[in-house]
Amino acid sequence: MSANGPTMAQALTAALRDSLRADPSVLVYGEDVGPLGGVFRITDGLTAEFGEERCFDTPLAEAGIVGTAIGHAMYGLRPVVEMQFDAFAYPAFEQITSHLAKTRNRTRGRIALPVVVRVPYGGGIGGVEHHSDSSEVYYTHTPGLRVVTPGTPADAYRLLRAAIACDDPVIFLEPKRRYWSAGEPGSVPGAASGESPPAPQPEELDRAEVRRSGTDVTLIAYGPTLATALEAAEAAEEEGWSAEVVDLRTLAPFDDATVTASVRRTGRAVVVHEAAAFCGYGAEVAARITESCFHWLEAPVLRVGGFDIPYPPPKLEHHHLPGVDRVLDAVARLQWDAPVPAASGGRGRS
Amino acid sequence: MADMTSTDERAAAHDLLPPPGPIRLIDADGVRLDGTAHPLPPLDVLVRLHRRMVTGRRFDRQSAALTRQGRLAVYPSSLGQEACQVGAVLAMDEADWLFPTYRDCVALVARGLDPVEALTLLRGDWHCGYDPYLHRVAPQCTPLATAALHAVGLADAARRRGDELAVLAFLGDGATSEGDAHEALNFAAVYRAPVVFFVQNNQWAISVPLSRQTKAPTLAHKAVGYGMPGVQVDGNDAAAVHAVVAHALHAARAGAGPALVEAVTYRMDPHTNADDAGRYRDEAEVAEWRRRDPIARLERYLRTAGALDDAALHAVEEAAEREAAELRARMAQEPRVEPADLFAHVLARPSAQLRGQAALLAEELAAEGGAPAGPQEAR
Repeated sequence: MSANGPTMAQALTAALRDSLRADPSVLVYGEDVGPLGGVFRITDGLTAEFGEERCFDTPLAEAGIVGTAIGHAMYGLRPVVEMQFDAFAYPAFEQITSHLAKTRNRTRGRIALPVVVRVPYGGGIGGVEHHSDSSEVYYTHTPGLRVVTPGTPADAYRLLRAAIACDDPVIFLEPKRRYWSAGEPGSVPGAASGESPPAPQPEELDRAEVRRSGTDVTLIAYGPTLATALEAAEAAEEEGWSAEVVDLRTLAPFDDATVTASVRRTGRAVVVHEAAAFCGYGAEVAARITESCFHWLEAPVLRVGGFDIPYPPPKLEHHHLPGVDRVLDAVARLQWDAPVPAASGGRGRS
Repeated sequence: MADMTSTDERAAAHDLLPPPGPIRLIDADGVRLDGTAHPLPPLDVLVRLHRRMVTGRRFDRQSAALTRQGRLAVYPSSLGQEACQVGAVLAMDEADWLFPTYRDCVALVARGLDPVEALTLLRGDWHCGYDPYLHRVAPQCTPLATAALHAVGLADAARRRGDELAVLAFLGDGATSEGDAHEALNFAAVYRAPVVFFVQNNQWAISVPLSRQTKAPTLAHKAVGYGMPGVQVDGNDAAAVHAVVAHALHAARAGAGPALVEAVTYRMDPHTNADDAGRYRDEAEVAEWRRRDPIARLERYLRTAGALDDAALHAVEEAAEREAAELRARMAQEPRVEPADLFAHVLARPSAQLRGQAALLAEELAAEGGAPAGPQEAR
């Protein structure tokens, strides 16, 4: 992950620019996304390049932003709207859950709403209250929405291009503490080379990916915790465990096939996310793995998440966010001392 | 730096203030008033308004009866609000869009929708029974004021594309208290969107009177704070509603931006068939409004003007009766609902999970001995 290629922020900007170039019906708007370029600068330069008709500031009202996006989409436009921070998206909750998610179904598919709601989410940037929520399950629990979250700059580009080209509404969760993490050089089209490839196929939004191969345990992560899981896998290797890392990428729909195949290979699984573990996304993942892999499992599926507390103030947030040590502790608790079938290849720590 | 241009574009408050008293062209006794702000719509338009109000009311009474027979799950009555709904809808161009509320079934049929499709939501066989693009009518749904923002977005999209159309967004008096109503009015004004907000102030939000919703002088006055003109119209005077809404829609199409029209009317029935209005309002109040009946008023005027006689009225009522009989007959047939449709429109491409759940339901149905269902007729 330590590379000197484009950052996730640059990849997202490139994806927005290429989408605006590729399709005149694409609009980008939200709070401060115009001349300022957004508080995280993701829309930097877009108003200058495409004009105020394509990338513009709205009044400061999130329900208004998403509600008008629904109307824009009903008339054939493809709005990409920015919620400034995770917790500031809640005023738009009714528009998202009661209308954005349901209108296709309500109208028997006659009205499609290709709207992308970009939400910088999660903690780790020292934000004061209401700037660090992990709000993914509010959206994944709502049928009719696709929920996507990239863990790498390359995926940020590919997934955002695919989300904008998709005919379903997409909640696009951007792990804000990874905005400035660089990816591999050349991993993001357009960012350096100036090329603008066509949007990826829609199937891009249905797939998880194995980021690291391993044989003993599967670490399942997404968005901000992908880097944590990869780092933990490196550390686990030194401890004698071979960890596979699955990056979910698309939280809804869930890629059962990739996760099931991995866990059946390794026999153990740990889900890692920032959100509170109680009724968190990991609970769903653990349940699904139990249903699909029961006879392959050597140990209960464990969840490593944030505590069940309101998001802490900046000086305490590092205690809340799951780090490498907490992931390794979970791996260590995967009943390695229990009798292990010879074929599994599992190895215990002494 | 502050954008000084937009400051200069703001209208002076006195240009936006509603004129005193609701605009009225024909009084409750059917007498044409002198010196009105708007000309009376031509006689053929008035005749059409009358006919659509008569058929609309018959449709409304039939729908209420269908509820008592168990054919509809619920019906929010339009009784007393026919001049609002018919007057406003007949003022629209074909290219315009209508965003109705759940109490606007009479508006739907006035716009030309198949009455059975208009009642599909309330019959419970699907959430919306009509194709919104066919008559440019957005789906009805129950949350209040949320669709006003969709209306603003669609109007703004049309403006961006250079299409000359306006959007008519219906609201109720209760809905003006919702945050989305505020945001819709504000976005519409800032975007200069071609949208007319049409508030049917029927005095009651279920059991809560207008005095508990607002301390604004009138609902029309709220427009001033957003920088758009507000106007109050007698919502039981179909001629006035038609004239005022037509004027506002025309201005919106011509690029003048949004407007708010408050139509002062009365909900003659309880909120729905499930409500008991006797618990919160006096029959005397209802009786007072019964004397201001919108259909009787226009009928009196048309008779005086020589545009309606007993024979013509009889013909209109017979046509309304035929339509009601046809609706009765069609609604007597149990609608065919297709369980597989539950999964068909959740996503553009069904997920693996939805495909699996569809298969599970199909297995359950097969186990129950149900015949494999075919495609639904009204797709």
